[in-house]
Amino acid sequence: MLILELYIFVLAAFVGYMVISRVPPLLHTPLMSATNAISGISLVGSLVAAGSHRSIVATILGFVAVVAATSNIVGGFLITDRMLKMFKRDEPKAKTPESK
Amino acid sequence: MREHITELSYLVAAVLFILGLRSLTRPDKARQGMQLAAVGMLFAVCGTLIHHDIVDYRWIAGGLVLGALIGYPLGMWVPTTALPQRIAISLSFGALASVLVGVSEYYHAFHGGREPLETFRMAALGFEVLLGTLTVTGAFIAFGKLQEILPGRPLTFPGQNVANGVMMLVALVLLVLVVIDPSRTSAFYSMIALAALLGVLMVIPIGGADMPVVVALLNSYCGLAAAATGFALGNSILIICGSLDGASGFLLSILMSKAMNRSFSNVLFGAFGGGSPATAVGAGTTLPVRSISAEDAAIQLAYASRVIIVPGYGMAVAQAQHQVRELAELIEKRGGEVKYAIHPVAGRMPGHMNVLLAEANVPYDKLYDMDEINGEFPQTDVALVIGANDVVNPAAREDKASPIYGMPILDVDRAKTVIVLKRGMAAGFAGIENMLFHAPATSMLFGDAKASLSKLVTEVKAA
Repeated sequence: MLILELYIFVLAAFVGYMVISRVPPLLHTPLMSATNAISGISLVGSLVAAGSHRSIVATILGFVAVVAATSNIVGGFLITDRMLKMFKRDEPKAKTPESK
Repeated sequence: MREHITELSYLVAAVLFILGLRSLTRPDKARQGMQLAAVGMLFAVCGTLIHHDIVDYRWIAGGLVLGALIGYPLGMWVPTTALPQRIAISLSFGALASVLVGVSEYYHAFHGGREPLETFRMAALGFEVLLGTLTVTGAFIAFGKLQEILPGRPLTFPGQNVANGVMMLVALVLLVLVVIDPSRTSAFYSMIALAALLGVLMVIPIGGADMPVVVALLNSYCGLAAAATGFALGNSILIICGSLDGASGFLLSILMSKAMNRSFSNVLFGAFGGGSPATAVGAGTTLPVRSISAEDAAIQLAYASRVIIVPGYGMAVAQAQHQVRELAELIEKRGGEVKYAIHPVAGRMPGHMNVLLAEANVPYDKLYDMDEINGEFPQTDVALVIGANDVVNPAAREDKASPIYGMPILDVDRAKTVIVLKRGMAAGFAGIENMLFHAPATSMLFGDAKASLSKLVTEVKAA
């Protein structure tokens, strides 16, 4: 089992490195917020901790973890989308309202 | 059966995440790709909710709602100028979630007592909690510095590196002790306390302009902590995402430190804001400075056929990106060509300038990386520097004694004329004299960047 997990880790790191090294500097900020949102996946661990009725302490720790992870997921995906929406190509000047 | 559904949902999520990150290589496909990634997240969460260990959904529901309520403003209301601190605080949150899961697992093993923790799981858990806690406090201090709650200049005290090194060592010893015998709860909790303190002490001495490296590095730590959580829980999706996140942060921090020609260790332990006295400003002599009025600068810009705009942190502080775009459009309307030169470490986080300019509706095909545009400065009539300093300092190319020697810079000094918008003659972050400001081809337009740009806009309209 352990060796399988190590495989997953190393291969995912490779894929990550390959994919991310091709992201242009133009999009480095959205990249950071995107990986931030994705790292909110620790929510899956938090959910189990918060919902499995082990002890009140474990549940409360899990609850706070759910809050932190969820806010990262929601905030992270929203801000990434907001940023990516801003990046536009130079279009054959549509009639933009004249500068005030 | 249930377990298979959960595992399958994780597999779908992992594929969608990777596709999402891959879409970020193309600005026109990126948005769609990241929306797919968000769908992947939904899969993973739903797949987890049917987990057979989960018996009570009340705390979960409450946490999800509260988290969404906190996340929404963090996503929608934060202005683009505040992005660096926004990223820093969410790194802190992300690491906090990892740490709490780890502590909860540990606590459960000892006070709720299921099976004892295997050595390997305990090692992963200990590593996760150590790295995670360090990231929580470190990212929080970075947030404080970027938000200017804490002073942005490096705070140093003698023997700092030695003290940090010793503490790191003690924390590692505690980790080993806990791994050997997981029932040493006091060692476990003192390790957490020590890691928290270490996070603070490691980021406190780092100056504002080094923040891009630190934020990227913390991003990497946050990812590694998540991956370690995955090892501790035997959860594959956590391992995958953690390692994607770790790889991304690691890569960015390498790129950033290259762009400053400094090694990791130099950034982390160097605190070079001490203003190395070797290159003491101007050695007592006052160098000539040519200041220019907005009217004259506007004339130069209005009749220039090739203009390159070099934005820096000063533009972000003054929130002047909209005025920049307005000015550029006026110049273009008069037949001039305008490009933007973006240094990799301009601003306080990787790619910050690009987002600011994109927000102001500057099309992204006009934003150029350093390597793409450096050859064009000699044919440029006017280079307009807005609140950038060290990234355009020719000393990095010429003066071997300079602390920034060797750092790749934008060759603004090779343009035919240079106009620098700056608040005053204060030295940049590195505390080094910038000869560009005293060059014969350079004129300085003093004042707040936003006010100066507004004046330029009015004057160019009139010209």
